[in-house]
Amino acid sequence: MTFEGVEASPLLSVRGLSKLFGSFAACDAIDLDIGHGEIHALLGENGAGKSTLVKMLFGVLQPTAGTISWEGRPVVIPSPGEARRLGVGMVFQHFSLFEALTVAENIALSLDPRTPLAKIAEETATVSKAYGLPLDPSAHVADLSVGERQRIEIIRALLQNPKLIILDEPTSVLTPQEAERLFETLMRLKAEGRSVLYISHRLEEVQRICDRATVLRHGKVTGDCDPRKETPASLARMMVGTEVAEVQRADAGAFGDVLVEVAKVSVAPRTPFAVSLKDISLKVRAGEVLAIAGVAGNGQSELFDALSGEYPISDDDGIRLRGKPVGRLRINGRRLLGAGFVPEERHGHAAVSALSLSDNLLLARSRSDKKAFLAGGPLSILRRDAILSASRRICSIMDVRKSGDDPAAGSLSGGNLQKFIVGRELDRQPSVLVVNQPTWGVDAGAASRIRQALVDLAKAGSAVIVISQDLDEIFEIATTIAVISDGKLSDPYPAGELTLEQIGLLMGGIHERHSGVETAHAH
Amino acid sequence: MRIELQKRANTSTLFSILSPLLALALTLVAGAIMFGLLGKSPLGALYIYFVEPLLDVWSLHELAIKAAPLILIAVGLSICFRSNNWNIGAEGQFTIGAITGSILPVLNPEWHSPLILPLMLVMGMIGGALYAGIPALLKTRFNTNEILTSLMLVYIAQLFLDWLVRGPWRDPQGYNFPQTKSFQPEAVLPEILDSGRAHLGIIFALIAAVALWFMMRFMLKGFQVSVLGQSERAGRFAGFSARRMVWFSMLLSGALAGLAGISEVSGSIGHVQPVISPGYGFTAIIVAFLGRLNPLGIIASGFVLALTYLGGEAAQLSLSISDKVSRVFQGLILFFVLSCDTLIHYRIRLIFNPSTAQEGKR
Repeated sequence: MTFEGVEASPLLSVRGLSKLFGSFAACDAIDLDIGHGEIHALLGENGAGKSTLVKMLFGVLQPTAGTISWEGRPVVIPSPGEARRLGVGMVFQHFSLFEALTVAENIALSLDPRTPLAKIAEETATVSKAYGLPLDPSAHVADLSVGERQRIEIIRALLQNPKLIILDEPTSVLTPQEAERLFETLMRLKAEGRSVLYISHRLEEVQRICDRATVLRHGKVTGDCDPRKETPASLARMMVGTEVAEVQRADAGAFGDVLVEVAKVSVAPRTPFAVSLKDISLKVRAGEVLAIAGVAGNGQSELFDALSGEYPISDDDGIRLRGKPVGRLRINGRRLLGAGFVPEERHGHAAVSALSLSDNLLLARSRSDKKAFLAGGPLSILRRDAILSASRRICSIMDVRKSGDDPAAGSLSGGNLQKFIVGRELDRQPSVLVVNQPTWGVDAGAASRIRQALVDLAKAGSAVIVISQDLDEIFEIATTIAVISDGKLSDPYPAGELTLEQIGLLMGGIHERHSGVETAHAH
Repeated sequence: MRIELQKRANTSTLFSILSPLLALALTLVAGAIMFGLLGKSPLGALYIYFVEPLLDVWSLHELAIKAAPLILIAVGLSICFRSNNWNIGAEGQFTIGAITGSILPVLNPEWHSPLILPLMLVMGMIGGALYAGIPALLKTRFNTNEILTSLMLVYIAQLFLDWLVRGPWRDPQGYNFPQTKSFQPEAVLPEILDSGRAHLGIIFALIAAVALWFMMRFMLKGFQVSVLGQSERAGRFAGFSARRMVWFSMLLSGALAGLAGISEVSGSIGHVQPVISPGYGFTAIIVAFLGRLNPLGIIASGFVLALTYLGGEAAQLSLSISDKVSRVFQGLILFFVLSCDTLIHYRIRLIFNPSTAQEGKR
C-alpha cells in the first residue's frame, strides 16, 4: 500500500477491490480514483459490476479483497451509516420513498430522529433553493413526478453535507428538460468542490458532464479515460467489448390492416396512487411500430394493464384485436387471438425469479400453447421435455447467457432475462406485441438485440406497441410516436416529423401543474 | 471476530435437506438440557421420550393413529401456504368435519348399511371445506386477513361442538356424560391390521400426500399454486386467478382437515365428545413446515410430530412430568426449523480480520 501526501491524494482511491459471490467475481481487482470536485462517470453494461462496486463504497457490501482510501487514509466502511459519516451520499436508482408521507417527513426518516420536523422542512427549502431543485417540503410524495421524487433523494443526500455523491442512473427516469436541470445542479456541486460518481448507460450525457470515466466489463476495469476525448462508439466498445450493432429500422409507408384499435377508453384508477386513463384512442397497423413516449407514472402501466387484459375494461368494443372486440377478454383470451405481452417489471410480473426459465416460459404460454406443453386432458400434466426444449430454443435464438441448462430466472442478469422474456413472446410469432419499457435497465448489447427483434417482428407483418421512456430507443425503432401524459395520449406523429425537443414538450407540456412549478422557480 | 450472514447466490439444496435434520438434532440437545434442569437423567429421559414408543408394535399403531390426522391436515395446509393463503384454522375445520361427518350415526343409530361410512367421510369433507369457505369468502369478497378469520373460527367450532355434545347430541343413556352414543359398527372406520388399533385414516393420509405431491410436481394446477404463491402479479400475467386459488386451496385444505376430523372420531374415538383433538390442526402447521411444504416430506415430519405426542404420554407415565412437555418439544422443533432455514438462503461466515478489529478499537 502506498501513502501519498494528503494534498495530492484523491478524495477516494480504490485499489484492487474485489467481491466474490461464491466463485463468481462480481468485481475483480478494481482500481478507481476520484479527485476533489470531479464528476466521475462509471460506465458499464448491466452485470458489469457497477452496483456491486458502489455498494462496497457505500458500505452495503463488504469487499473480499482490496483497499479503499478516503482522503489518503485507508478505511473500512462497514455500514451505510459509516459511509455517511465519512461523507459519502448515495441516490439510488429505485427510490425508497413513502408515497403517503410528505417530502419533509420522508427526509426526516433518514436523519437524526431528534431533529424537529419544522427544522427539516426549513432546511429542505433552503437546500432545494440553493441547488436549483425546487421542491415543496409539505407536498405528498404521491403527488410528485418522478423527477421531483429524485430531487427528494438528492436533497436527502445533500443535507448530510457529503463530499462524494453517488448517483445511480439518475436520468433514466427524467424528461430531457428535467435532466437538464439535474446537470446544472451537478455543476453547482462540482463548483463547491464536491465530487460526484455518476453511473450511467447514456454515453452522450457522460461525455457532456463528466471529467473522467471508468468503464467496467465483467467486473474488470476496461477503460479509464477522459470521456470528452472519446467518441460514443469508442466508449461503447469499452463497455461491450465489441461494436454495438446498429438497429435497422423498418420502412415507414406500406402498412397493412389495422390490428389493434383502441377507441376512447377511459379507466378509473384502481388504487389511490394510480393514474386514470382518459379517453385513449390509438390504431396500429400491420408493419407499424407505435412508440408511446412519456415520463414514468403518467399512465403507462395502466395502459399496459388495459391492453394486456390483466385488468379488463368494461367496454368490450373499446379495444379491438384484429377486428374482434376484446375489452372484456382476459389476458389468455387475447393471447389466443395472437397477441403477446411484455410487462415492464421483470421480477414478479413478467417472470417469477425463483422459478426456472422453462417454468417461466410456461408462465406466459400455458394457455396459448396448451397443445404443445400440456398432456393428459383435464389433468393438465406438464410436458417438461417439450417446455424445456422450447426454452432452450428461445435461449439460443436470443443469445441468452446463463449458467446451467435451466437456471432460476433470478440468477440471470437483467439484460439476459429480458432477452428471454421478449424471446418467449417472439417465439410464438405474435401478430400483435405490446411491450412496456423493453430495455429498462438492460445493457447496450442486449438492448440493441431486443430493439432489432421488435423491428424485425413489425417488418414481418405484426403490429408492435412499445411503451418507453427512453427517447433514443423510440427514435431508433418507432415508425409512429405518441406521447402519454397524465393518462392522456397525444395524437400519433410519424417518427420523422418529431424532434427530441417537441417530444419533451409534449411529455411535460400537457402536464401543466408540474411545468408551472418548474417555471415559477426557474432562475 | 464477528459472524456474518452472507446471502447465497442460489438456494442451497444441501441445506434444504439438512435443515430439518439439523433442527431435530438441536431440538434433542435443547430437550436434554430441559430434562436435566427438571432433575431427570437427560439421556434416559430422551430414550423414554423418543425411542421407547418405537419399540412396541402396539405403540407403532398409536403412532400411525396420531400421524394420520397430522399428515392429512398438513398436506392440505402445504398447498395453502405454497399459494400464499395462510389457513391457520385447520383445527376448526377438523372439528366441523367431525361434526358433519357424525350427523348420520348420531341421528340414525339404527341405520345398518355399508353406505353409511362412505357417506360420513364425504359429509365430513364437505363440512370441513364449507367451514374453510368462510375465510375464503371473506378474503375474496372483503379482502379480510384469512389468518385472523380462520383462527377465530376455530374457537367457534370448538364451542359449537361443546354445546352439541352437552345439549342436543348428548346420549340420553350416557349417565349425563357430555358425549354421544357410540357409533354403530358400520360407522366405525375399520382397522388395518389385527395387531393394533391403527385404522384407515393413515391410508387416507398417505394417498392424499402422494396425490398432492403428484399435483404439485407434474400438473398445471401445482404450477399455478407455486406461481401465485410467489407473485400474484406474475400469476395474473399468466392468466391464473388469485381469487380462484384462494377458493381452491382453502376448500382443499378444509376438506382434508374435515376428513381427518371424521376419521379421528369414527376410527379412534367411536363417538363424539367435547374434546376430540390434542391440537392436531395447529401441530399440523409445524408438520407442514418441517416437511418443507412438500407432501412427501410431510409424511416423514408427520411421524416425527406424532412421536412428540406419544413421547409426551410416555413421559407423563414413566417420568411423571406434565404432558405439556410435548408442546415444548413441538415449539422447539418449529423454532429450530425456522432458524435453520436461514442456512438455505444464507451462509455463515466467521470473519477474522485484524484490520477490522483495529478499526473497531479506534
